[in-house]
Amino acid sequence: MRDLLALLAIVLAVPLAAQGSAPPAPYAYRQLDDPDQEAVARELMHTLRCIRCQSQSIADSDAPMAGDMRHQVRIRIAAGEEPEAVRRWLMARYGDYVSYEPVMSATTWPLFAIPPILALLAGLIVWRRLRRRA
Amino acid sequence: MIAELGLAALWLAAALAVLQLVGGALALRGGTESELAALTRPAAVLQGGLVALSFAMLLWVFAITDLSVKLVAMNSHSAKPLIFKLSGAWGNHEGSMLLWVTVMALAGALIAGIERRLPERTMQATLAAQGFVALGFYAFLLLSSNPFERLPQPAAEGLGLNPLLQDIGLAFHPPTLYIGYVGLSVAFSFAVGALITREVTPAFARAMRPWILGAWVFLTLGLVAGSYWAYYELGWGGYWFWDPVENAALMPWLAATALLHSAGVLASRDALRVWTIMLGVVAFSMSMLGTFLVRSGVLTSVHAFAVDPERGSFILLLLTLYIGGALLLFALRAGAISEGERFSVASREGALVVNNVMLSAILAVVLLGTLYPLLTEAFDVRVSVGPPYFNPVGAIFAFPMLAVMAVGPLLRWRRDSWGRISKELALVAAMLLAGIVLFAVLGEIALLPLLGLAFAVALAVASFLPLKGRRLKRVPIATWGMITAHFGIAVMLFGMASEGAFSQERLAALEEGGTTSVGPWAVRLEAVEPVAGPNWTALAGRLTVRHRDGDPQAIAPQSRNFWAPPQQTTESVLVTRWNGQLYAVMGGSSTDGRWQVRLWWKPFVTLIWYGGLLIALGGVLALVGRVRSDLKHRYISRRITERREERETA
Repeated sequence: MRDLLALLAIVLAVPLAAQGSAPPAPYAYRQLDDPDQEAVARELMHTLRCIRCQSQSIADSDAPMAGDMRHQVRIRIAAGEEPEAVRRWLMARYGDYVSYEPVMSATTWPLFAIPPILALLAGLIVWRRLRRRA
Repeated sequence: MIAELGLAALWLAAALAVLQLVGGALALRGGTESELAALTRPAAVLQGGLVALSFAMLLWVFAITDLSVKLVAMNSHSAKPLIFKLSGAWGNHEGSMLLWVTVMALAGALIAGIERRLPERTMQATLAAQGFVALGFYAFLLLSSNPFERLPQPAAEGLGLNPLLQDIGLAFHPPTLYIGYVGLSVAFSFAVGALITREVTPAFARAMRPWILGAWVFLTLGLVAGSYWAYYELGWGGYWFWDPVENAALMPWLAATALLHSAGVLASRDALRVWTIMLGVVAFSMSMLGTFLVRSGVLTSVHAFAVDPERGSFILLLLTLYIGGALLLFALRAGAISEGERFSVASREGALVVNNVMLSAILAVVLLGTLYPLLTEAFDVRVSVGPPYFNPVGAIFAFPMLAVMAVGPLLRWRRDSWGRISKELALVAAMLLAGIVLFAVLGEIALLPLLGLAFAVALAVASFLPLKGRRLKRVPIATWGMITAHFGIAVMLFGMASEGAFSQERLAALEEGGTTSVGPWAVRLEAVEPVAGPNWTALAGRLTVRHRDGDPQAIAPQSRNFWAPPQQTTESVLVTRWNGQLYAVMGGSSTDGRWQVRLWWKPFVTLIWYGGLLIALGGVLALVGRVRSDLKHRYISRRITERREERETA
């Protein structure tokens, strides 16, 4: 039984392995013809995470996954979609993790609340220290 | 035998760290005259020698590829060039931790050997603290990361080193960064020592300052080198990714920069006592936190080498013990240390306080953005915090800091008025406005790069203003250091802003003989040829590139395949001109027989690293200036005592 399972695992793994060697999607390594659209796409790609890599945006990665995502971004921008709509589409598919731009939510609010508090605190410290006369 | 010698030396060194701790502690209780106290300094010096010996033994087993040593078998390969065999010694977890304690022990030996300015009690407390911290890392190394472990059977061949790490950069980047990282342990021990004896004085700050400067210079160089390495090796033209590992090195740098400036205030003006001590504790805490993040496997990256939860909890334990202990001591003692001298808003101290607060706020933002995703992951929520967060949020604090940095050095200590420097203020403000208008007219540039360019120009001019009205020959070397470093910041800022504002990208699929262009460059793919190296094969694209009407140049970027371990890397080629770099990368082949070529034209990008080098050079000048004037003072005071004695005997 165990052997059978192992065999099954191998058979199932074959298509996965083959997927890695499939030719990259057309727009993975190709720019859009319209330079303005390409600039928009590029800016967006720099803020999307390659979820198979460590801390790289999809604009900075050779991973096949990143290539597929670049392709998606480019064709959607070329079709006239707004960058934020593309981002939302990708986030719906891959989760919030895919976007380097954190969105305010129940879990991420401290990321947005702490910097203003820091700014206030910094102002307060400077003010308090400097208010006292020499 | 060699490996066992290394291990024995390490155990002996750990024993000496215990002696150092006990000796220092007894000296504090029983006075500095006790016999054990006399052993503290020699123990620290000998310890440095033993750990250096141990590290040399590790280099030796890597040099001869002794495959009976587990670490060598796991991380090296007989076919590697010698330089990469040696640098491979610290391209793994155990070796890099040994490098860490080596630097730490050598730093301890150095303060024990040459530091004579501190009061003896504070010195003993400092050495005891240094021994205590070192002890934890010896324990970590000996109990859970023994680099000299033998295999029951020697391996037939080594597994090889990650090809990304087979680069000359790896020979220098980790040692440089570690000297900076761990060099901060000296500042930490000084701070703890001063907290124990409650002697926070200008003399203490003057003694501590060269050590901070030294560590800071190496930290700067390490960051600059690491950034350039990422830029040319990763093959996509990015130089800073806000990767947690990068942040782990940036945070100690930010803290050390703040510490440097506040120690300056303490040394010159006897103000900011508590703040300086606090930063001394924080700086090395950030180093340890960085080590935890990188080494524990919390993050997986090219830096993490091997993931082992047991080691992670060990480092976490050390982290809690040392940071928690130091902060507790700080909380208990801070009240006993008075605030020091007062000063007014418009004064050098005032500006430095703003600088310190802003640097700390940036540090807090980086810390938050780095740790927050780890925190949410513990609750199974994955978020990414990246450049779109760090850049604008950091900028909120960075730009006010830069503005203060431009005018702060013009102010006098203690009390000054804005009116006295109104001309200079007007000049800097005018430069800034002119810069913003000029660059805004020049083209469509995003807000941050635009501000960056304008601030860089204004700052470059402002950094030389302290020289106004002074005779250049009489300006102290340390002041030249400050000017160089501040100018370096301007240069680096210009490079970063220019890269952000003016970079051009071209991804092309070319046949042999096909042409394309990027920015002012015309590029032609002549041919694609196979190349073989000692442990890799590659496809090299022979490209002819030409800048406007200049001479054509031949370059050959490669796409390399390593076989031990199997991995693909890109070897990009950079063509450097005075006004920027052409960045060329060879990709794979597409289905129709054409070749992927990636090209970037990055105007003034090299200024990022030249600026970084200037910052480090400024640190070196400051260090030389401080040490020289210190030696001079010592010489003069010695002469005075000699004279007095002569007169008394006469």
